[in-house]
Amino acid sequence: MSCVRHRVALALMPLLLLVACEREQRTFEAPVDERPTVQAALATELQPVTGNSVGGKPADPKSHAYREENNAQSLADGKRIYIWFNCNGCHAHGGGGMGPALMDEQWTYGSKPQDIYRTIVEGRPNGMPAFGARISEAEIWKLVAYVRSMSGLAPSDAAPSRDDDLAARVPENRTKPLPPREQKP
Amino acid sequence: MIRRGSIRTLGAGLWSCVMYGATQASAAPFTQDALTAAGPQAAHIAHLWNVMLAVCLVVFIAVMIALAAAVIRAPRGDSATPPDADALVREERPASRAVAIAVLASTAGLALVFWASVHTERALAGMDHARALHITLTGHQYWWEAEYDDPAPAQVFSTANELHVPVGRPVIFTLQSDDVIHSFWVPNLHGKKDLIPGHTSTFDLRVDRPGTYRGQCAEFCGYQHAHMALLVVAQSPDEFDRWAQGQRQPAAEPAAPDAQRGRDVFLASTCAMCHAVSGTTASARKAPDLTHLASRSTLAAGTLPNKPENLARWIEDPQRYKPGVNMPPHALPQQDAQALVAWLGTLQ
Repeated sequence: MSCVRHRVALALMPLLLLVACEREQRTFEAPVDERPTVQAALATELQPVTGNSVGGKPADPKSHAYREENNAQSLADGKRIYIWFNCNGCHAHGGGGMGPALMDEQWTYGSKPQDIYRTIVEGRPNGMPAFGARISEAEIWKLVAYVRSMSGLAPSDAAPSRDDDLAARVPENRTKPLPPREQKP
Repeated sequence: MIRRGSIRTLGAGLWSCVMYGATQASAAPFTQDALTAAGPQAAHIAHLWNVMLAVCLVVFIAVMIALAAAVIRAPRGDSATPPDADALVREERPASRAVAIAVLASTAGLALVFWASVHTERALAGMDHARALHITLTGHQYWWEAEYDDPAPAQVFSTANELHVPVGRPVIFTLQSDDVIHSFWVPNLHGKKDLIPGHTSTFDLRVDRPGTYRGQCAEFCGYQHAHMALLVVAQSPDEFDRWAQGQRQPAAEPAAPDAQRGRDVFLASTCAMCHAVSGTTASARKAPDLTHLASRSTLAAGTLPNKPENLARWIEDPQRYKPGVNMPPHALPQQDAQALVAWLGTLQ
């Protein structure tokens, strides 16, 4: 009996290979004909979030928000862009400074991908500049995904596990998901 | 999605084959050949190669002759031939002389190769460094950044993917990497040396023959490793000084309205987040310095010939030519794109 069970278990083992297979998948962006307006980008990208999933996980697997958040390369790219474009100049490595902390559960302008997208593209009062004209569409979504991973809102099998330089924080893939708390400005 | 991605990769691969064919067809303006030495180090290495080839050839021929002799002298027989019980009756004659000769010959051959190798290493390490030119070469995915050092800080300048060096003067490279391990290899000039993140190494060479030599990243570094090339242009000291003086100048103020608009597009859009053009406010260091882009002969680390139409297509969709490169696609309005290419074309 147990022999049969072993065999069945062995036969099912190859299925493990399919686990998290989207993690490493690369797609190469084609240029969009015209830069979408924020409303258009958000309308086509993001579906209404149903249920009470932690931090409004993107639901549609075809959306940028979902793809980038579940892809190790996109999150790693987001992490590099975060440094390259000097986000750490104000937000440090997530601990905050001149700008608010990004690794805690407090979200002044919302934790959902569409909220973060809007924050980056349009800017926010009291100092957050509008980067809409400065960062390409694909890179913004990578940044959105990385910012969410800083407080553990991205899947831990895709989030970065180390820094390129001296470790400045607990790696993103070991950050405990913090239930976001909306905080009014 | 997998299908689309792989078709794009395949398309880019085919495209690069076509481009490579095109550059070859137009009587390649550069050489990449380890056996045609253009400097003393490459000559030493080519010499060592010849010695090793000769020794190995002699050994190979000797082994083949021994094998042929064994095959020819092997005992033959058919079903009627009585079994060979010779070894049971008589003690086998040891082949001590043949073995001794073979051991001696092998030792001599190995000693010769060892001596040649040590001799080459000594010659490579013993180059005279007087009046050396210092270049800090940094590897990035997938391009080369070169900073020409100078005792006067204002004279330091930086360029990408195309090195110019004076003939007959030693060049000392400080090698480092920004991301993963790369390897610097210009076959006509010297052997390989790795660029390792977090570790600085040095490398020296001298070019004695003017010409353009192609180099290549020689350590797999990611998706576009094969498209990480660089050109080394060796020229007379006077020509080199003129080139260096030109590279130190900031970008010229654009005169034509088209070029002015192009500069404004560059500074107000995504370009300025990664690229630097000295003389403007763009000073980011995450992508090649474009101050003298038009003076280089290739785009994207040897991927495309530097022509306006290639530049326009590259800016629009870099992933088409180098899938996985860090530069994102840019859907600029057509007039803006034309103005941008026009301005970049003025950066001599």
